Amino acid sequence: MIQPAERDGVLALLADYGWLIDEGRFDDWLDLFAEDCVYKVVPRENLALGLPGCLMLCESKDMLRDRVMALREANKFNIHVPRHVIGLPRVTRGPADMLPADMLAVEAAYTVFQSDQEGESRLYSVGCYLDRVSTAGGVLRFKEKLVIVDSFAIPSLLATPL
Amino acid sequence: MINERLPAQDYSRIGYSFYHDPAIYKLEQERVFRGPTWSILGLEAEIPQPGDFRVVHVGETPVVLNRDSAGQVHAFVNRCAHRGAEIVREPYGNTADHTCIYHAWCYSHQGDLLGVPFQRGVNGKGGMPAGFDIREHGLTKLRVTCWKGAIFGTFSAATEPLESYLGPMMVENLGEILSRPLRILGYQRQRIDANWKLYAENTRDNYHASLLHDFLRTFGVDRLTQTGGITMDARHRHNITWAEAASDTAAFADDMYDKANISNESPRLRDRRVVAFRHEHPDKLNLAVTSVFPNSVFVQINNSLATRQIRPKGIDCHEVFQTLIGYADDDAATTADRLRQANLVGPAGFVSMEDGEAIEIAHRASTPQLGGATVIEMGGAGPITDRDYRVTDVGLRGFWSFYAELMGNEPTGALR
Repeated sequence: MIQPAERDGVLALLADYGWLIDEGRFDDWLDLFAEDCVYKVVPRENLALGLPGCLMLCESKDMLRDRVMALREANKFNIHVPRHVIGLPRVTRGPADMLPADMLAVEAAYTVFQSDQEGESRLYSVGCYLDRVSTAGGVLRFKEKLVIVDSFAIPSLLATPL
Repeated sequence: MINERLPAQDYSRIGYSFYHDPAIYKLEQERVFRGPTWSILGLEAEIPQPGDFRVVHVGETPVVLNRDSAGQVHAFVNRCAHRGAEIVREPYGNTADHTCIYHAWCYSHQGDLLGVPFQRGVNGKGGMPAGFDIREHGLTKLRVTCWKGAIFGTFSAATEPLESYLGPMMVENLGEILSRPLRILGYQRQRIDANWKLYAENTRDNYHASLLHDFLRTFGVDRLTQTGGITMDARHRHNITWAEAASDTAAFADDMYDKANISNESPRLRDRRVVAFRHEHPDKLNLAVTSVFPNSVFVQINNSLATRQIRPKGIDCHEVFQTLIGYADDDAATTADRLRQANLVGPAGFVSMEDGEAIEIAHRASTPQLGGATVIEMGGAGPITDRDYRVTDVGLRGFWSFYAELMGNEPTGALR
């Protein structure tokens, strides 16, 4: 049974997740993840074939911090404004309610648009989030965030996290 | 302007129209991609079982790669001999035969036409003419050569044998990469809004590596202090853009590498596993981008390994289709290393993502209304030769020299 407060917490977490990326507030965004988190961006075709290859693979929060650092300081990429639109989340305790009491399974569709310097926008990415969210201590944090990319022929490149 | 001669004998100038002219693009499909060249179609490990198939592309042409019941690999154009419909609609799978959904014409693993429904009509009415011979209506086939687990195909009967096409230098180099049975780790696709040749040039360009790619330099994957260079086959159509993790003896190399790791140990990179490097080949290369004309690339950045196919999608777009690979006998830790270091490559790669942006800006601003040409003479213009230094773009001139030979637009007195 999912409590209304848990559902509210998930809504707030997902809203923060997309908004903080779009606003470039990556330090605040990193705070949404547990210290021992995993963040993966996976092409749907790999998932379908059972192949482990990812587009982004962060096996620790430090790797996620490194991604943010590279984005800010090292990498050159298409200059753009991202805009997340995240669908209503499906919140459960996992298949057959298998997750521990302080863990939620969250599934949500996402779209990300990109707008360029000339004010032209394009639909950049479509997919879904398959998340494990820790509720320990009443604080919601991503323990695991799996981004499944349906539009896996990535337009241009993928710099900003999805 | 259709297929004018290239402007410089040594290919140090390439008119921008070659990246933008639709007539050039159309001619390339015929003379380059369906000409006397070998394209990588895939890897044997992708279709290990009898009946396994996969749809790939040679230029813009969709091609089905299929292993038959006896284990032989075949390739044929994915276009029904009847009305030109796409026969195989799934990207991969296993099947006893291929039946077009439109009128149920059925083809074998080899691409031969097996049957036409109602060929003899119904109750003596309709059907194909008596002279219709299904043996004459098979699918357009490619010649296929399986070589050390890689599958190459060519449309042309005139193409020389694969090993001769590759040349001894590439045979040795690719032989090293393909020295053990491969394991497929996954796919990455990048759709770049730029002419495909800009990508082919980029993989031959050692000059940009530590200029564009700040990540390489900042985190010690690829440093200016490393030795490196450009090695080509005798015809200069293929290319290895390489850098050594260190130089001279193995002991010296290991020592230098350790020191380099320390001296380059960025206090800013918190989890250095992403850039860790284990020597696993006798050579010392930690960065090798091997290009086989026209559209095949083998990539090693540290311990991440991949093959790439450049798939043109019109004059101003191409897909880089990348297959992440490891070796079948890799242990779990090695596989984990390769998957982690795949963060360096592909559309989201700390290194490779930047090629997408560089190529797009080159395409965008090079529109030919103003005329103009690229300037390719870093490391000196003139003869096209191997280099043992990195500040050179001679590999691009090698690419263009063979391209021009195939396209029939070599300048008078052209260097090869």
